[in-house]
Amino acid sequence: MIIKGKVHKFGNDINTDDIIAAKYLVSTDAKELGSHCMETIQPDFAKTVQGGDIIIAGKNFGCGSSREHAPLAIKGCGIKAVIAKSFAGIFFRNAINIGLPFLESEDVDKICDDDLLEIDLSGGIIKNLSKNETYKSQPFPEFLQGIVKAGSLINYVVKRKRK
Amino acid sequence: MKTSYTISEKILLAHTDKKDIAPGEFIEAKIDLCLGNDITAPLAIEEFKKVGFKKVFDNKKVVLVPDHFAPAKDLRSANQCKILADFAKQQKIKNYFEVGWMGIEHALLPEQKLVLPGDLVIGADSHTCTYGALGCYATGVGSTDLARAFIDGKCWFKVPKSIKFIYKGKLKKWVGGKDLILYTIGQIGVDGALYCAMEFTGEVINKLPMDDRFAMSNMAIEAGGRAGLIEPDGITLKYIKPAPRKFKVYKSDKDALYDKVYEWDVSRLEPLVACPHLPSNVKPASELGNITLDQVVIGSCTNGRISDLRIAAKILNGKKIKSGLRLIVIPATQKIYLEAVREGLAEIFVKADGVFSTPTCGPCLGGHMGILTEGETCLATTNRNFIGRMGHPKSFVYLSSPAVAAASAIKGKITHPQEL
Repeated sequence: MIIKGKVHKFGNDINTDDIIAAKYLVSTDAKELGSHCMETIQPDFAKTVQGGDIIIAGKNFGCGSSREHAPLAIKGCGIKAVIAKSFAGIFFRNAINIGLPFLESEDVDKICDDDLLEIDLSGGIIKNLSKNETYKSQPFPEFLQGIVKAGSLINYVVKRKRK
Repeated sequence: MKTSYTISEKILLAHTDKKDIAPGEFIEAKIDLCLGNDITAPLAIEEFKKVGFKKVFDNKKVVLVPDHFAPAKDLRSANQCKILADFAKQQKIKNYFEVGWMGIEHALLPEQKLVLPGDLVIGADSHTCTYGALGCYATGVGSTDLARAFIDGKCWFKVPKSIKFIYKGKLKKWVGGKDLILYTIGQIGVDGALYCAMEFTGEVINKLPMDDRFAMSNMAIEAGGRAGLIEPDGITLKYIKPAPRKFKVYKSDKDALYDKVYEWDVSRLEPLVACPHLPSNVKPASELGNITLDQVVIGSCTNGRISDLRIAAKILNGKKIKSGLRLIVIPATQKIYLEAVREGLAEIFVKADGVFSTPTCGPCLGGHMGILTEGETCLATTNRNFIGRMGHPKSFVYLSSPAVAAASAIKGKITHPQEL
């Protein structure tokens, strides 16, 4: 799968309260949650996202709460992938489980706001079309690739159960 | 084959049919208990129903607690709570805690003895790591993980590396579990234990009361930890007595491998405060006397237990809080609420001009019962001080122990209890 889009860059330790404030957790609708994505730290964020855009962040992205509403909000506002130096444990699980594409790469420092990226998810290759550079990311372990291929954890479990 | 294991590895291994286990490995394990609340369970229930499953794997191993926005703060929260109530009724889930029985989940489950040493517990709430204080492996997961557990009682895990923390010396007066964990997070940072199991050990931990141990394990997630464990000992066994079912005590092997070992003498540790906007931004309370406060909250899954209320009441007894400041005291469970009433603690808080509330997570996550507006500053005994955590993005949250919180409520600014 190839994703091509503009970069929205964030720093280290972006927490789940930043991604979606608790006051909006009275909904499970991805579109509604998406309209408030990153509102606390960038009030107009959702309005600036165009379908296909990519979030770039530093270390420990998604730290804090277990709310799956966080990756849902990211998906819901039109972001197609997140690339960070590292992800917090529960966010990592949630992103895998609901099929939000993400990559871990040390090269995020070389990527700037508004750069145009092209990501090959299966190969984990990140092309920076604005800078004519190519970066590598950590490959997913085989076990996780199984869930990613099924589209979600529930699909993965259901398929196995019905075999 | 590996011959020595940490407590985390032993518990995870015991819940698989594998013969061996190693950090970094992905496993699927059978869980002993799964938990959801009024924010996370509706999404799980929706997923579970969407794929056409009719019955949860074991209705005795599912716990549902409407505690975050409950008693329902508005219509949409009421709808979320009702989703839990309806599902509990339909699935005959006994461990559904309606308002009246409800308490903050991470105080309630240990109190109800639903979690015991050696258990493997998942909860769709990040502070599920609290139960590690009982020597079980408990970890926060998402709603989809909970939905999956509803289906087959299993969960996937990446076996974490373990980090050992050894606390030596003797704690000074007014210093407890909250200060120890704030110190730890301050030392290693909010990702210092990323994807690791934290193991709290040493002579200080051996003497630490159960409530303080819960406060420590509770905040393992604030250092990125997947779990925060303390090996069961006499204090643990006394707490769970009489245990309602069989349990198993696991201890780390002496030659178990740790990713890192931290050893600290904490004899000179002072009461600490985490400053905005990260739990790792830790300073001694005595250096923050210039921070004036609009609100103090004593409660939460970190510090809403009876010993927390006792220490706060001891400081507030016969005194008034600073005029213009709001003090909100929230016992974590109904049992704690009743104890606080019987022991006269509730009266002390009210006579000090504080309010004494029914159990709820409420203000900790900016839900209800004490939201901050622009420019306001709060000292809370909770666990997170992220931007906008308790309300307005331009409000400020400081984190401390109940002792510092009570002393600060009297003075109206951050105060070391010994100053009173």
